[in-house]
Amino acid sequence: MSKETKKYLVEGEKGQWEVVIGLEVHAQITSKSKLFSGSSTKFGAEPNTQVSLVDSAFPGMLPVINEFCIHQAIKTGLGLNAKINTYSVFDRKNYFYADLPQGYQISQYKNPIVGEGEIILDLPNGSKKIGIERLHLEQDAGKSIHDLDLSNTFVDLNRSGVALMEIVSKPDLRSPDEVNVYVKKLRSIMRYLGTCDGNMQEGSLRADVNVSVRKEGDTKLGTRCEIKNVNSIKFMQMAISYEAQRQVELLESGKKISQETRLFDTKKNETRSMRSKENAHDYRYFPDPDLLPLNIDKNLIEKIKKSLPELPDQKKERFINEYSLNSYEANILVSEKEISDYFEEVVKNSDKKLAKNWIMGDLFASLNEKNISISESPVTSNKMAQLIDTISSGVISGRTAKEVFEIMKETGDEPKKIIESKGLQQKSDPKELEKIIDKIILDNKDTVAQYKSGKDKLFGFFVGQAMKVSGGKANPQLVNEILKQKLK
Amino acid sequence: MSDISKKSLTEIVKLIKKKEIKSEELTQSFIKNINNDKKLNSFITNCSENALKKAQNFDKSPKLETLLPGIPIAVKDLFCTKGVRTTAGSKMLENFIPSYESTITNNLWNEGAFLLGKLNCDEYAMGSSNETSYFGNVLNPIAENTVPGGSSGGSASALAADLTPTTIGTDTGGSIRQPASFTGTVGLKPTYGLCSRWGIVAFASSLDQAGPMTKTVQDCALMLEAMAGFDKKDSTSINKKKENYSKNLTENIKGLKIGIPKEYRVDGMPKEIDRLWENGKKILKDSGAEIIDISLSNTKYALPTYYIVAPAEASSNLARYDGVKYGFRSTKGNNLIEMYENTRSEGFGDEVKRRILIGTYVLSSGYYDAYYLKAQKVRQMIKNDFDQSFEKVDAILTPATPTSAFKIGEKKDDPISMYLNDIFTVPVNLAGIPAISIPAGVDNNNYPLGLQLIGKPLDEQKLLNIAYAVEKKINFKQSLNRWWENNV
Repeated sequence: MSKETKKYLVEGEKGQWEVVIGLEVHAQITSKSKLFSGSSTKFGAEPNTQVSLVDSAFPGMLPVINEFCIHQAIKTGLGLNAKINTYSVFDRKNYFYADLPQGYQISQYKNPIVGEGEIILDLPNGSKKIGIERLHLEQDAGKSIHDLDLSNTFVDLNRSGVALMEIVSKPDLRSPDEVNVYVKKLRSIMRYLGTCDGNMQEGSLRADVNVSVRKEGDTKLGTRCEIKNVNSIKFMQMAISYEAQRQVELLESGKKISQETRLFDTKKNETRSMRSKENAHDYRYFPDPDLLPLNIDKNLIEKIKKSLPELPDQKKERFINEYSLNSYEANILVSEKEISDYFEEVVKNSDKKLAKNWIMGDLFASLNEKNISISESPVTSNKMAQLIDTISSGVISGRTAKEVFEIMKETGDEPKKIIESKGLQQKSDPKELEKIIDKIILDNKDTVAQYKSGKDKLFGFFVGQAMKVSGGKANPQLVNEILKQKLK
Repeated sequence: MSDISKKSLTEIVKLIKKKEIKSEELTQSFIKNINNDKKLNSFITNCSENALKKAQNFDKSPKLETLLPGIPIAVKDLFCTKGVRTTAGSKMLENFIPSYESTITNNLWNEGAFLLGKLNCDEYAMGSSNETSYFGNVLNPIAENTVPGGSSGGSASALAADLTPTTIGTDTGGSIRQPASFTGTVGLKPTYGLCSRWGIVAFASSLDQAGPMTKTVQDCALMLEAMAGFDKKDSTSINKKKENYSKNLTENIKGLKIGIPKEYRVDGMPKEIDRLWENGKKILKDSGAEIIDISLSNTKYALPTYYIVAPAEASSNLARYDGVKYGFRSTKGNNLIEMYENTRSEGFGDEVKRRILIGTYVLSSGYYDAYYLKAQKVRQMIKNDFDQSFEKVDAILTPATPTSAFKIGEKKDDPISMYLNDIFTVPVNLAGIPAISIPAGVDNNNYPLGLQLIGKPLDEQKLLNIAYAVEKKINFKQSLNRWWENNV
């Protein structure tokens, strides 16, 4: 996260420009089967192996709504503090394309299942509310593959009919950094809810990015361009920076922005016009006569509300209170459900402060280094708790623990096993330590005299000697106590 | 035994159950009629060979407790039949062989019936004379140069000519009732949602409804019993208990109130239609029913409303026929768009193209409110008219069509005059209510004329009872000289 707290503005030749961004996030619903058919939604199957007669639009085939997807959409709506509409309608969005078998996409147009809501972002300079305009259900299209053959296009319909939620934000975002935080927060909420896995590599989360600019201080929105189907946060940020700059340059040279749909070229890092407003599709939306309007029982909404898990914002509050974390620490620990679960597993039977420091320090560093997620870490929460235990019970010192962790993160071995096999246990037998210390005092009579005459700083020398002689295994606390007694 | 093929379905079923005839013998007699027909062109696909095998199999271990034991049935070629080509009367599906069976035909087969053949119809059920079929005109057995009506023209013709003991059609704006009226047969459009639409090539989803076409009202009750039922694969299917229409059929209609809507007396209506209507009133009165004048004040808007709603839905429903997945694909064109254009230009006939164009237009941005949205509002008003009338009456009596069967080519180049043919049948589809057409007299040319009885939603039993009573009193008999057979 950027530490910058200054307002994000584009520096033009004739002044500063504010960037206004709205996102339409397409989130694939976590569900075993598609929105209107029983076909599997499993990722990575052979092309065209998860396609039913409905998905491929054979004559006389009819869509039947997957009730689970409705529940998922309601759940997500509740997670966004949004209004659930008890009446909503499925519409047909008509256009021709080879990977759209029906010749229309079933979507929701005038009456979406979820209305206005909000997401709270934690930004370096405080929190900010981003409005949600709506959430609606729709089918995904298939996939056209143009690069397998010079003269033919291949079509894979495995995705055809997969359930998506389109989550439309209000134009409340003001910088690429805010977009980053927004998408991560939205993804985190959906992952907590189990309604979307948020896996961007697999296409479970994509966004259309609406960008416009206006002179700083203006209240009227500028003309926007829509950058279609951007599939990573980094690309969204790059596309916004490029697009904002492009619009500023156009406006400053006296030209107008034409409302259009653009594509982001990830190789050239630029946006390109896809189609202008004049050439925009006329989708001829109308209510799908094959589907009745969706009437949602208020009791169902209440039932789902009661079943909601603790969400990031609530969890953050609790973490701050329960584990004495600051807001920044709590934010990081709740950002992903897997992280917060891990933390709570560890902290259950361990020292709070040690748990926090070890997870946010060494563990995160190891995850970054290996570029893996916390659930893939060889150091499981259970093993991490064991490691912390050995520290608090004095089996090893904090320093030795770092050594042990280095091995754990590679092998995933239990800390006890490593400590035993390497003989890393601390020496905590007072008699044994006394022997070592007596010898040190005997061997360094001069230094003892100096210490006793007032040079307090020399105390460290004796501790160092004790550690050295013990091969670093002496229990530092005990060494301190014994030394203090003997040097009195 | 006298010609079995001329008997009613009910009589045939009785004979089979009493083991007085075998299914093979029965099937042979229809196959003979099919083979003798050289002119009607009512069949697109002849399944005689398979039907004979099924009949022989039935005879080996006859299951007599079913509703349609060992009965061969030819069906409109809009019902998808597993392994048997299903064309919808279009070049687009000339070679399309479904891998699935429509719910309705499946219901028939589960009751002991089997497929005799696929019957000609207007292309995608769009037409009122069966002249839009890619597979050519169908003739009406009543006279050599007349149309059988449409879109279920092949069904009506085959039934009237004893090429099938009963049949099924689909009715979007009158496509069962108008051809029934033109051929002197009985046709029922059930309440929207009573018969599953799954596996029927869609024309206009909110209006399409499958129904029986039979020689008698009793047959009609039996067929509806076999066809109707909840289907979870059709989201618009009504979940209700099955009814025993044939067992509960009664001609006792004493005390029922029958409404006569003044708006159905249209300008220029032939005198014989008026006479027919008067006669119907008299018969009902004689049967102990009470005749009440009613008003359905928005009737005049029904046809224009229908010709917005139906094409709008059709334009979207037919988008799937794009040459990508199945069906006809043009060999011309250098890219996707050209392939679409050529496929759809060559694959669809003129009437289908006309309706796609109208439908696309009325859904276009800028026209949607003025056409589609307004039509939806008017549709609701038309439904309200019926709802209010049904507070006063049990059923409504009207003529089924404004004329008797017209000549081949007479209206082919005048779509408006062709559309006017559906003026009495269309309001029923817009309201989603049931209606039956029964033969009730003849005109000066001795061409049959039908009366229409309209009922409350799901009130098919009462409708059938009234029709049964009228049928008994009228005692309509049609004798055809079988001019279409080569040996005549």
